[in-house]
Amino acid sequence: MSVAERMGFFTDTSICIGCKACEVACKEWNAIPTDGLDLLGMSFDNTGQLDANTWRHVAFVEQTHDGDLRWLMSSDVCKHCTHAACLDVCPTGSLFRTEFGTVVVQEDICNGCGYCVPACPYGVIDQRQGDGRAWKCTMCYDRIRAGGDGGRAGSGGGLMPACATACPTESIQYGPLDELRDRAARRLEQLHGEGVAQARLYGHDPADGVGGDGAFFLLLDDPEVYGLPPDPVVTTRDLPAMWRRAGLAALAMAAAVVASFVGGSS
Amino acid sequence: MKSYYGRQIVKTPVWRPDIPAYLFCGGLAAGSALLAAGADLTRRPALRRSGRLTALGAVAAGAAFLIHDLGRPARFHHMLRVVKPTSPMSIGTWTLTAFGPAAGLAAAAELTGVAPAAGRAAGLAAAGLAPALATYTAVLLADTAVPSWHEAYPQLPFAFAGSALASAAGAGLLAAPTAEAGPARRLAVAGAAMELAASHRLASTLGLTGEPYRSGRAGALLRASQALTAAGIAGAVLGGARRDSRRRRARLVSALSGAALLAAGALTRFGIFAAGVASTKDPRYTVVPQRARLEQSAADAAGAAGGRPPAGSADDERGAVGPGRDQLADDRVARDLPGDEEPA
Repeated sequence: MSVAERMGFFTDTSICIGCKACEVACKEWNAIPTDGLDLLGMSFDNTGQLDANTWRHVAFVEQTHDGDLRWLMSSDVCKHCTHAACLDVCPTGSLFRTEFGTVVVQEDICNGCGYCVPACPYGVIDQRQGDGRAWKCTMCYDRIRAGGDGGRAGSGGGLMPACATACPTESIQYGPLDELRDRAARRLEQLHGEGVAQARLYGHDPADGVGGDGAFFLLLDDPEVYGLPPDPVVTTRDLPAMWRRAGLAALAMAAAVVASFVGGSS
Repeated sequence: MKSYYGRQIVKTPVWRPDIPAYLFCGGLAAGSALLAAGADLTRRPALRRSGRLTALGAVAAGAAFLIHDLGRPARFHHMLRVVKPTSPMSIGTWTLTAFGPAAGLAAAAELTGVAPAAGRAAGLAAAGLAPALATYTAVLLADTAVPSWHEAYPQLPFAFAGSALASAAGAGLLAAPTAEAGPARRLAVAGAAMELAASHRLASTLGLTGEPYRSGRAGALLRASQALTAAGIAGAVLGGARRDSRRRRARLVSALSGAALLAAGALTRFGIFAAGVASTKDPRYTVVPQRARLEQSAADAAGAAGGRPPAGSADDERGAVGPGRDQLADDRVARDLPGDEEPA
């Protein structure tokens, strides 16, 4: 299956201007239904979160420090984890790993069991009201496959995902994951050199709890400030231990039944 | 603790009350199949009959709840496309698919009197699958990013196994005559004790992620369950202590105790479900334990750097922060967090 390179997103939030072109392009290309107009009253973010109908979400963080205002803007997306809990727990095989290393829902298979929704450590995938099935970012699987050359941007074949194409500042960068990781390391070094000490990468490390993200970020504050979990771990890492505990409980159950029948006179 | 405007991070399960209802029905079916098999092997026909019929009724209701909860119920059979060991729901579906017909055959033999040997074989097969049916649901809930379910994975299977036994014993006490109810009585006490011990540990040993088990709606449901369970144990013991005199009153006490245990079983499932839901709605339960874990592994790394030569490979580093680190983080959370006081 592994005929193409692993592709990914590097979202450099230090150059995000919060224009939401990514949200709009994603909705347009993927024909995602509206969530309706909802003013959340907390910031310029009236989208709120990633869900079944929002596959790119621009977070706006307003911070005041000693009277100075700082805006942090970040375009969040499905992380396309190396160890993806949604994919692990899906009981129908609807969620699958593509040849690009991304994680995609097959809409003709999903039966809306909802297991992937609470399994995701980032709270990305969600069930669509009125439709019943689970939906999330596909990294524009249809676009990146077009041409069948492994989806390398600008190489004459596959198209870039809609969000990366629309991003006016190249805050959203799409490409082979290895290249993106190198580019991100250089960008981090540059920012640190310029005195932006708070800059840090998030989701870039293959040794983290999800084996590294296919979509990773450069952030300017702690992940939880952007609504991201600080140390996500794929829940199925503990699955063998869970089954062992269940096995013990099952044995205790059988033993209790046997004892109840042999342990008395009536 | 920092957060994005206090908004939740992990998603709240989209499962409706069908799912806790299924958890109860599945447990009741599993326990009843075990009780029926024991009654069959020890020649207690009335207890066997009630067990087989309860198992079939409960598993049928449970399957209906499961299908009703799907976003696309007509695609239920897509569950049977694959067998996936990494998905407790897949394993559970196949267990249920094997258990249902076995319980159905046993009940059919009971009702018609036809082919009792086949009925016994089917009943024993259902009983063989029953412990898996009663406990996989605990793994299903724990195998999520829901903080209060995932962190509870050591306790949940015992809570569910105990609850399944107590519920089934309750049904047995309701239906079976006093002369045959001895095993149900003893099973009620054993199952209820297992359930009480596990749910006590849920509320008391999980640190911050145990908080939803003792507060709010989940806490109220679980406290009501514990009170009914205690009453059920008392009734089960008292109902058995009476002999030939006052037989009618003993029968009544047993039946009341059985009803209390059934209600307690349902409340336990709804309470544990509600606790998990509550833990998704506050980012504290997601962020604080993860932060503590990061600080702990940073401290470990600093300690390791002082005590040992620098690690030669990344694999060594990963090995050093394996399973033990979660426990350390939990302990830290349990000790250090404000708002994590013991229940009054």
